[in-house]
Amino acid sequence: MTNKVDRSKRQLLIAATTAAGGVAAAGAGAPFVLSLMPSERAKAAGAPVEVDISKLEPGMMMSIEWQGKPVWIVRRTQAMIDALPGHDEELADPGSSVPQQPAYANNFHRSIKPEYFVVLGICTHLGCSPTYRPEVAPVDLGADWDGGWFCPCHGSRFDMAARVYKGAPAPTNMIVPPHKYLSDGRLLIGDDSKGAA
Amino acid sequence: MKLLHKLLGWIDARFPLTATWKAHVSEYYAPKNFNFWYFFGSLALLVLVIQIASGIFLTMNYKPDALFAFASVEYIMRDVQWGWLLRYIHSTGASMFFVVVYLHMFRGLMYGSFRKPRELLWIIGMVIYLMLMAEAFMGYLLPWGQMSFWGAQVIVNLFSSVPFIGPDLALLIRGDFVISDVTLNRFFALHVIAIPLVLVFIVIFHLVALHEVGSNNPDGIEIKKHKDADGKPLDGIPFHPYYTVKDGVGVVGFLIIFCAIIFFAPDMGGYFLEDNNFIPANPMKTPEHIAPVWYFTPYYAILRAVPPMFGSQFPGVVAMGVATMAFFFLPWLDRGKVKSIRYRGPIYKIFLTLFVISFIGLGTLGLLPATPVYTLIARVLAVVYFAFFLLMPWYTRIDKCKHEPDRVTSR
Repeated sequence: MTNKVDRSKRQLLIAATTAAGGVAAAGAGAPFVLSLMPSERAKAAGAPVEVDISKLEPGMMMSIEWQGKPVWIVRRTQAMIDALPGHDEELADPGSSVPQQPAYANNFHRSIKPEYFVVLGICTHLGCSPTYRPEVAPVDLGADWDGGWFCPCHGSRFDMAARVYKGAPAPTNMIVPPHKYLSDGRLLIGDDSKGAA
Repeated sequence: MKLLHKLLGWIDARFPLTATWKAHVSEYYAPKNFNFWYFFGSLALLVLVIQIASGIFLTMNYKPDALFAFASVEYIMRDVQWGWLLRYIHSTGASMFFVVVYLHMFRGLMYGSFRKPRELLWIIGMVIYLMLMAEAFMGYLLPWGQMSFWGAQVIVNLFSSVPFIGPDLALLIRGDFVISDVTLNRFFALHVIAIPLVLVFIVIFHLVALHEVGSNNPDGIEIKKHKDADGKPLDGIPFHPYYTVKDGVGVVGFLIIFCAIIFFAPDMGGYFLEDNNFIPANPMKTPEHIAPVWYFTPYYAILRAVPPMFGSQFPGVVAMGVATMAFFFLPWLDRGKVKSIRYRGPIYKIFLTLFVISFIGLGTLGLLPATPVYTLIARVLAVVYFAFFLLMPWYTRIDKCKHEPDRVTSR
């Protein structure tokens, strides 16, 4: 029996114990972190919403709730549609090359039918809900305003197809959610599958 | 009396009660030349106690549920006996906490209190400041008013702009795809137990670190250099009774202002309690003009001043983060020969003045809507703000300092 301490053996044992304990601690921590992620109920809350758009007047906007967020439906007037291609050079992404919309809405009016426009009413900057300003050239927004949305939080500007103007803090166009027509006057927001409606 | 003495002896044999009292209060020697600016440390401690006490009583009637939160706050305001007072104490306390802490930090900037050997003391203090911001932000969601909701929406979305992990990070913070009941419930948990618990511990660390290195003073010189035969600093006086009495005067003065706000201007014209927060949260509609509470607005103005780059507004978020974190590096950025502004040359005085102007200017702009002119001013002030830190190694070195005295001065 000697009093000599085998230091390398002791260090190995300390390292092994620390490693094993660390793995166990990380494993025990995982349930706590994962409990912070959306619950099954929160995930299930994204059910599609059916909307009656038959009473929407030209130029008017209606707002409905889908997944806890505002979705806007606008019935654009012919003048609004005609103005859409007119200011491409002022827009950050006029051709909607960033995939912020389903393929069937990747056109100049960013919708299935040019007249009806469906968009998620959340600014792509920091998530405020912009204000609908359809009037042309109001005093506060300036003479080049063609109608669209103005975000009160940080001043981002969007046109009548929710495409962002250059120089705005918002980096991309607003999101067009998946949607489809159940009939002429009825829309389904949140589902665009081709199956039986 | 004799019995009490025996009881104390009994405790001291089992717990270092007298020794702790001596080490931290009756025989803690603080410089004898403390001035007005040295009120704010003890006042911050007072506000912490006020916030914890009023907060405990508010939780007894508050409901952390999106359906009931707004109504329960109104219930506290109208139906709970003296509930309005508890709530106004807590809401005013939040703003006054930042008033006191900003003045406490400014004191550090003036007298070089962050310099060696107080670097760690300063860092612990900065951690307290960051925890305080998290505490205030989460507390602001609880009334579930319009500003609560949209303020949280904007701030949580800041995290989603972080490259790669951003969206998942925001999801982890919210616990839902939008700010919802889930978010409210967890912010409540963090606001009433997690952060305050940590805060109390790091405040204790702050005091332990302070008493280890000893207090700085308006002359920025070390009193430990000159000690008497007993090893007590010649320019030091015991914290108790000298500074307990002095701080008592500060407490009275502070409470006069504090009560005046609570009783005569609890919303402080919309700065302490914003008008829009008296409207219940509506996820469908953003208020016409949103601004954070005043104590966040300098950083918010910096966030807005930075334009998006590479199709992302992450650079603005980084600028805001760096603006808050820059204070951490002060002990190593400052290369001046002296600590106190009394003996610094004109350059530091000019830079510190410009910094204060930029901080207040940005704070004012952060409350206003972003017009092109205001954005331009905010950009200039943001440059000044960062210049204070970035150029510090240079301008503190070339600054012509005066000779600092050997012993503390009284003036």
